Amino acid sequence: MMTSTGEAVLFWVLAPAMVLGALGLVFARKAVYAALSMIFVMVCLAMVYVMQQAEFLGIVQVVVYTGAVMMLFVFVLMLVGVDASTSAVETIKGQRWIGILMGVGLGTLLVTVTARAALPETVGLDEANSETNPAGLARVLMSDFVLDLEIVATLLVTAALAALVLTHRRRLTPKIGQPERAAARMLAGDHPVNLPAPGVYARHNAMDVPALDPEGNPIEASVSRVLRIRGQEHSLDTDVTTLVATRDAAELTGDHGTDTAAERGGQNDDTDAATTEGEA
Amino acid sequence: MGALALAATVATETPAVPGIAADFSNDNIWVYLVKAVLIIVFLLTSVLMALWFERRLVARMQVRIGPNVHGPLGLLQAVADAMKLLMKEDITVKMADKVVYILAPMISVFSSLLIYAVIPFGPEVRIPFTDFTTPAQLTDFPVAVLYILACAALGVYGIVLGGWSSGSTYPLLGGVRSTAQIISYELAMGLSLVSVFLLAGSMSTSEIVNQQERFWYALPLLPAFILYVISMIGETNRLPFDLPEAEGELVSGYMTEYSSMKFAWFFLAEYINMLNVSAVATTLFFGGWRAPWPLSAINDGMFNQGWWPILWFLAKVWFFMFIFVWVRGTLLRFRYDQFMKLGWKILIPVALTWLVIVAIYQGVVEFGEIDRQFFIYASLALFVIAILGLVVSSFATKAEPEVAKKTEAEPFDAFAGGFPVPPLPGQQLPPSPRAARRAAAAATAATAVLEVEAEPDTTTKTEGTSGD
Repeated sequence: MMTSTGEAVLFWVLAPAMVLGALGLVFARKAVYAALSMIFVMVCLAMVYVMQQAEFLGIVQVVVYTGAVMMLFVFVLMLVGVDASTSAVETIKGQRWIGILMGVGLGTLLVTVTARAALPETVGLDEANSETNPAGLARVLMSDFVLDLEIVATLLVTAALAALVLTHRRRLTPKIGQPERAAARMLAGDHPVNLPAPGVYARHNAMDVPALDPEGNPIEASVSRVLRIRGQEHSLDTDVTTLVATRDAAELTGDHGTDTAAERGGQNDDTDAATTEGEA
Repeated sequence: MGALALAATVATETPAVPGIAADFSNDNIWVYLVKAVLIIVFLLTSVLMALWFERRLVARMQVRIGPNVHGPLGLLQAVADAMKLLMKEDITVKMADKVVYILAPMISVFSSLLIYAVIPFGPEVRIPFTDFTTPAQLTDFPVAVLYILACAALGVYGIVLGGWSSGSTYPLLGGVRSTAQIISYELAMGLSLVSVFLLAGSMSTSEIVNQQERFWYALPLLPAFILYVISMIGETNRLPFDLPEAEGELVSGYMTEYSSMKFAWFFLAEYINMLNVSAVATTLFFGGWRAPWPLSAINDGMFNQGWWPILWFLAKVWFFMFIFVWVRGTLLRFRYDQFMKLGWKILIPVALTWLVIVAIYQGVVEFGEIDRQFFIYASLALFVIAILGLVVSSFATKAEPEVAKKTEAEPFDAFAGGFPVPPLPGQQLPPSPRAARRAAAAATAATAVLEVEAEPDTTTKTEGTSGD
C-alpha cells in the first residue's frame, strides 16, 4: 500500500522527534524529564496512529496511558521528591544482570512470535473501517478475541484486588479526625482559634510586623515562627505606637456619653480657632 | 450498529466519513484555516467576555456593583486587566527548572485551544452571497469525544509541571493535588460520558447532536448529566473544587511563582477550559445547537436551520458559564478528605451503577423481546424502592444517637474545660444578664422614637391646614 505525501511528511517529521524523545527517556538525569520524554513519545505515537486511520487506538492511548497511567507516575515522582534523580546503586545483588537477561529473553520471545505468526490476508482499511473505526474494532474484539479479552480483564481485576489486599492494614487505634484533634488541642491549653494574622491593617500590612491587640500592644505570636527564629521580625514603628497611645489618651480624656457630638463640636471649635488665628 | 448506520445515511446523503453526521466534503485547506482562526478569535473574545460576566455576576450575587468604570457597563475592564498582566515584569524564580517552567503554561493553553475543533456550532450553513455550504464545525471524527478527553488530560500536565518546575513548596503541593484530582474526577467524567455513547451509538459530536432531535440527553440521562456537571467543575479547578489553587491554603497553588504573561497563559487556559466543558455539556446533554422545545416547533423547524443554531449554541454555553459563576458565588471549598471521598465513594460508584443500568436497557432494546416501556417503569419502580430504602435506613441510623444524647444531657457549663463553649444539643443557655438591660434600653428608645414621630405629624397637619 502506497503512503500519501502528507503521511510521508508527517512521518519524517514525527519519527526523528520520537527517537530523540525515546533517547531522552533513557538518558535523562531527572526523573521528571524522563517522564516528559515518555509523554512526548506517546503523543507523537498517537498522531502516527491517527494518521494511519487507527483513530480509536491513537486517542485511547493518549486518554489512558498519557492521561491516567503517566499521570500516576508523575504523581509518584512528585511524592518521592522534587529533585529525585535515578541512582545507579543496585539494591538487589545481581539486579542489573538479571534485568538484562530477562530483557533479552522477552525481546527474543516477541521477535520469534511476531516472525512466526501466520497473519490472515489483509482486507484493507476501507473494508476494516467501513462501519467507523471504533465499531470495526469492537466487532473484532468482541467476537474473535472475546476470550483473550476476558482473560486479560480477569488478570487485571485480580492484580488490582491483590494490590488492595496487600496494602490493607487493619485499624488498631481509633481514628483521629478533626473533632478529636480540636478537643486534644483544647485540653492541652493551646490557642482556641487561629492565631491572629500579622500586620497592622492599612499601615504595616506585612508578614514580619506583629499584629496589635485591643490595647495596642504587639502580639508576638502573630508573626510566623520561622521569621521570629531567623530574627527577621520587624518591631513596631514608633509612629504606630505613638498613634495608638494618643488615640487611647484622647479616648480616656474625652467625654464618653456623647462621643460623636463631642467630636463634631471639637472639630468645629478647631476650625473656628484656625480661622480666628488666620484673621488675627 | 445497524440503527446507527441507518441514522447516518438518513442525516446526510453523502457522508464523507462513515459514522459522522456532518459532511466536510466541500472543505479544503483554506476553509479549515479560516474556521480555525475564527474559533481562536471566538475563544479569546469569549474569555474577555467571561471575565467581565463573572465579575459582574458575582458582584450582583454579593450585593455589590462590580467593575463599572472602564467602558459601557465596565465591559472594557477585562481589557484593562489583560494589559496590566502584559505590562508586568516577567519574573523567573531562581529555583525554577527553566525549560519546564516556560513549557508548562504553553501546554495548558495549547491543549485548551484544541477542544473547540470538534464542537459543532451549528448544522450546515451557507456562506452569505455564495453557494458554498459547510458545517459550522472545524472537524469531526468517529472518536471526537474521546479526543476531547485526551486534550483535557494533556492540559493537566501544564498545571502539574508548572507546579513541579517552580521549585517551591506551595506550587508543588498544588501540582500534586491537581494530579490526584484529575485521576479521581476524570474517571467519573469519562463514565458519565459513556452512557451518552451507548444511547447515541456514536462518539462523534455531530452524530450525537443529530441523535438528540427528539429529546435532549439531559432528560433520559439525568444522573449522568448531574455527574458530568459536578466533574466538569472539578476538571476546571473552579470553586468548590479549586484545591490546586486554593488561595487560603496554597497562596495560588501551581500559579504562585508565575507572573506576567506566563501567569496570563494559565489564566487564559482556565477560562478557555470553562468554555470547553460548557460546550461539551451543551453538545452531549443539551442538544448542541438545537433550538429549545417551543422554538424548535415554530414554522417547521425554521430555527434549527441556517445561522440560527449558532445563537442557541452560544446561549446554552453561556447558561453553563452562568452555572459556573453561580456555584462559585454559592459554595465553599471542600476540605481535601471530603473532596476525595466525594470523588471515589460517591461519584464513581454512582457512575458505574448508572452505566450498568443504561447498558442493560440498551441491550434489552437492541436484542431482547421485553417491551421498552415495561423496562423503564420497572427500573423507575426499583429506583424509588432503593431511594426509600436509603431514606429509611438513614433515619434508622440517625435516630439512635439522638436518643442517646438526650438521656445524657447535662446541665450547661459555660466554661467546660476552661474555655468558653457553646451549649451542646439538648442543653439550655442560661438567661443572659444583659437581656434585661437590653430590654430596658429598647423600651426607652421606643418611647423616644414615638415622641419624635409625634412631633412631625403635628407640624405637617398644621402646614396642611395653613395651605387650605
